[in-house]
Amino acid sequence: ASTLVVAEHSESKGTLSPSTLCTITAAGQLQNPVTVLVAGGKGVNAVAQQAAQVPGVSKVLVAEHAAYEKGIAENLSQAVVATHKAGDYSHILAPSSMRSKNYVPRVAALLDSQPITDVIAIKDQATFVRPMYAGNAIATVTTSEPLKILTVRTTAFEKAPSTGGSAATEVAPAVAKPEAGLSAFLSESVSQSARPELSSARVVISGGRGLKTKEHFQMLEALADKLKGAVGASRAAVDEFHMPNELQVGQTGKVVAPDLYLAVGISGAIQHLSGMKDSKVIVAINKDKEAPIFQVADYGLVADLFQAVPELTDKV
Amino acid sequence: KNPAVYLLQPFHSTTTSTMRILVGVKRVIDYAVKVRVAADKKGVELNNVKHSMNPFCEIAVEEAVRLKEKKFATEIVAVSVGTKQAQETLRTALAMGVDRGIHVETALRADQELQPLAVAKMLAKLVDKEKAGLVILGKQSIDGDNAQTAPMLAALLGWPQATFAAGVEPVDENKALKVERETDTGSEVLKVNLPAVLSTDLRLNTPRYATIPNIMKAKKKPMELLSPEKLGVDVTPKTSVISVAEPGKRKAGIMVESVDELLDKLKNEAKYRGYDQRLYPGKRVGK
Repeated sequence: ASTLVVAEHSESKGTLSPSTLCTITAAGQLQNPVTVLVAGGKGVNAVAQQAAQVPGVSKVLVAEHAAYEKGIAENLSQAVVATHKAGDYSHILAPSSMRSKNYVPRVAALLDSQPITDVIAIKDQATFVRPMYAGNAIATVTTSEPLKILTVRTTAFEKAPSTGGSAATEVAPAVAKPEAGLSAFLSESVSQSARPELSSARVVISGGRGLKTKEHFQMLEALADKLKGAVGASRAAVDEFHMPNELQVGQTGKVVAPDLYLAVGISGAIQHLSGMKDSKVIVAINKDKEAPIFQVADYGLVADLFQAVPELTDKV
Repeated sequence: KNPAVYLLQPFHSTTTSTMRILVGVKRVIDYAVKVRVAADKKGVELNNVKHSMNPFCEIAVEEAVRLKEKKFATEIVAVSVGTKQAQETLRTALAMGVDRGIHVETALRADQELQPLAVAKMLAKLVDKEKAGLVILGKQSIDGDNAQTAPMLAALLGWPQATFAAGVEPVDENKALKVERETDTGSEVLKVNLPAVLSTDLRLNTPRYATIPNIMKAKKKPMELLSPEKLGVDVTPKTSVISVAEPGKRKAGIMVESVDELLDKLKNEAKYRGYDQRLYPGKRVGK
């Protein structure tokens, strides 16, 4: 038995993502040799070097091709399938993310294996724990598939150390036609922010419907900048104020577990709670003392957020 | 353009420009219901619980109807795999503007026994049977939260995919779609050649309500009954749920009176309290 981890990385920064380190920890719990596949465009070798230094990784495979640069599912899935066919792994793991939700099911269908997504605990080689219904039901699931394909909810696993290992690096098995020619990347709009990335930030300040307008989120940004945190939003805020969707925290958005989560003007619908309730400390500011968010908050403040947030920003 | 061209199109559509959209709809526990784990701990309680169409499937239906209104599509077929009650969900889709329905009946629990790969295989058979040129599915269903079916279907068909769509625009004389899709860091625009599979995200559109006259009309629209066996797909579950538990609950916290008190607590108390409370729900399972 052996495990393949498909790495995620930031191409522009040339860095392995923290979520990959969490996935390597999960892979380690399967107690089989761990191979990491790093697929991407130019600069991917620098990422592979980082993966090779993670303790517990025995081999790193590098698939460098322009076709893999933007994570196009039709192309990327071919790289994973070819790697699996050459290595015959018992498990394929990837961090749970929008990117993996795009290509992992494609890989799974090509390899005819029903995957298990958003794994939060590993019981044994075929038994895993995952949330359903926005985390309102926690299922222990066993699979009869010979090839087990998992995505890992990274907030549930510690990051593996980034140094201390020394894995061999090799070129990944070749794909006949890396550019599948089915779809083309035209452009992207990446939110330009000096703030840390939402899913790995240590402090997250999220706003909900109580903020009333998109412009009022600037108040949260000011506080986030002082705390070196990221800004998030509830689904209601994304919906009503046309906020960028990548800020969404919750069942259908991102799952975060920062050291401090500050919920401002968020009532606390179950769909939102499922995205943040594993945060270490939760603070809620809401003018409605009956808001469900107070039931999960460590510290609740019933206050007018338009006064409390500037005051907090001032004093923090 | 000459309006007469549009007037003539329906008469020519069967021979010249048929574009059939297949849209998947799933019946799930209503999003507003607080689900409860059943007494036998083998799943959540499904009986006597309000069900409705999965919200992302509503967005899929809406997008299909808009594409027909824009004359991109000529016919919309909705498919639902599930128990007999899935027909209610299909009727809702028909009332929103879908032309006909296909019900693939199975007694499997739709949240954990009916699995995405099996559904994708059935949809692939139906795409062939219906000669669909575009499939639109929700990005995930809010019961199993798997988010797998759309990319699986695209893989089985060898088609391109555009998941988490936030904007769809036909281009290249309707031979391709320009799709804005949500990503981890923002959004991107892809061009996918048709035929293709789309999955819908939240910002794509706001689904319409079915009007009473349209609900009445929907009752007369055709609905075909099929089964996994008739489609030749083995739906035996590949994964099985051993047990289902309630998530670990956080201990109730305290209320503070002022911003000053909040800051004091965060500085002097939180770092200890917080770590103690870091309960991952998974760790409480099977204890």
